[in-house]
Amino acid sequence: MTTSSMIASPAQGSSAPGGGGPLPRRRALGAETVFRGTTTVAGAMVLVIIVAIATFLVIRALPSLGANQESFWTYEGWFADSDPPQFGIAALAFGTVLTSTLALMLAVPVALGIALFLSHYAPRRMAAPLGFAVDLLAAVPSVVFGLWGRDWFYEPVSSLSSWLHSVAGWLPLFGSDGPYGKSVLLGSTVLAIMILPIITSLSREVFVKTPTANEEAALALGATRWEMIRTAVLPYGRPGIIAAVMLGLGRALGETIALALTLGSTYAIGLDLLGPGGNTIAANIANRFGEANATGRSALIASGLVLFAITLVVNVTARAIIYRRREFTESAA
Amino acid sequence: MATRIEACGVSAYYGSFKAIDAVTMTIEPKSVTALIGPSGCGKSTFLRSINRMHEVLPGAHVEGQLLLDGQDIYHREVDVTAVRRMIGMVFQRPNPFPTMSIYDNVVAGLKLNGVKRKPALDNACEKALVRANLWDEVRDRLSRPGAGLSGGQQQRLCIARAIAVEPQVLLMDEPCSALDPISTLAIEDLINELKNQYTIVIVTHNMQQAARVSDRTGFFSIDRTGEPGRLIEYDDTSKIFTNPAMKRTEDYITGRFG
Repeated sequence: MTTSSMIASPAQGSSAPGGGGPLPRRRALGAETVFRGTTTVAGAMVLVIIVAIATFLVIRALPSLGANQESFWTYEGWFADSDPPQFGIAALAFGTVLTSTLALMLAVPVALGIALFLSHYAPRRMAAPLGFAVDLLAAVPSVVFGLWGRDWFYEPVSSLSSWLHSVAGWLPLFGSDGPYGKSVLLGSTVLAIMILPIITSLSREVFVKTPTANEEAALALGATRWEMIRTAVLPYGRPGIIAAVMLGLGRALGETIALALTLGSTYAIGLDLLGPGGNTIAANIANRFGEANATGRSALIASGLVLFAITLVVNVTARAIIYRRREFTESAA
Repeated sequence: MATRIEACGVSAYYGSFKAIDAVTMTIEPKSVTALIGPSGCGKSTFLRSINRMHEVLPGAHVEGQLLLDGQDIYHREVDVTAVRRMIGMVFQRPNPFPTMSIYDNVVAGLKLNGVKRKPALDNACEKALVRANLWDEVRDRLSRPGAGLSGGQQQRLCIARAIAVEPQVLLMDEPCSALDPISTLAIEDLINELKNQYTIVIVTHNMQQAARVSDRTGFFSIDRTGEPGRLIEYDDTSKIFTNPAMKRTEDYITGRFG
């Protein structure tokens, strides 16, 4: 760390610099004060919004939770519009985590591969347009991903499904023998493509920032390029990779419309990835909200509260890791 | 163990810019050779050409022959990683791997070479740290991060890391420029000990240092900015600093230029 010398510049006042006389008085209300006030309000706004959303969710969720005839935490089913209402978050929360985890498992290796290619293998002429293409992928609206997945991508995925079933059908994961359509596998693959850009661009940024000195140290020891990456780039970037993955996970957990279009909207906890099925909290809200009655809406909001909590935990964890990494790079430089 | 280096008309380029022009010099085994000269004269570039680290930069390449005991390291069929294993390098700023412990830093090169047995690694680690005069200071905290050491200790750690793989040549690119005088002295003492086993080439901005540690000195210079650097004079250190043959060398040594 360089110690920058903080030399206060002399205040510009009416008195001539070094001309004797009294020192200039500090101004009571300047641009400084106004600016500080503005930024403080902006900062406080974030807290206000968060609290407002949480309060809204809790207040609107309470009526349905009181009327619910089943356990909210363990019941697998969603009859929130019936009288009396019966609904539980278990299957939806499980589906949310299952779909997101699967999407991460598919997306992370590919994203890290692309990121390393862009940062350390691709010729510069190629890296820029390819990086741009990755960012372009992030700009595709999620409803387009959903429609594409439902109307076109399901075909290759169902071929993949029958192949997986024929090869490893004895595994419960691949146990279903069809028909293959909207499934956890389809939803997760579409989701994986959607979270690919954020994981790629964040980890690429981390890889690019590896100190040249460390890379050269590895090369000078006789490392090949891949060995150099293993010795210098990946260990240095590990906290950043973790943060990128967590942010990708945060995005996957909250994804709504693409999954509403590609999952089967069932309410069961199961590990079958290929057969018709799958659901998530967000997709369920999107599918149900339009036709829900008052209690139904309240129940959906209760499920939203759970999603809010899950996402919050993931994002806070990611932030904490990024923060730790910042301290780390400062001490390492 | 030590090896003779012969540079025959070595020119180095950054893209189309020629940084050094046709350097020819023979570096004797088990000696310390200092490269001095003003900033931008190409002495570091030449040093990095000796272990083929110059070409790591995009667009950089080298022409001419560089013989290591008679074999051209720039021959098309030579494995560049093998060259770098034979020719260790210490950089201007201490650059231990920040995520690794002291121990892991020292054995990093051995692990790259496929040494996996713990006793062999332990042994090599101790040997390298002893030779780098660092063992006594770190023996009871080998699992602590390497980046937590002082600057001078970090640089000796980097020297230990470089010599742990048993190279034949040790290149040092201004190894003391980021260090305080005490740490500098420790490194200079170390260089004196290491020259019994290695061929050492050191780039330095500090002429007293060149005079103190080296047996032979090469003086590099440039005519003006944008021109390639050239080897102006290369002779015994005592001769360069007392009775140089070239006027330009004398001007530089006495501080009239550069």
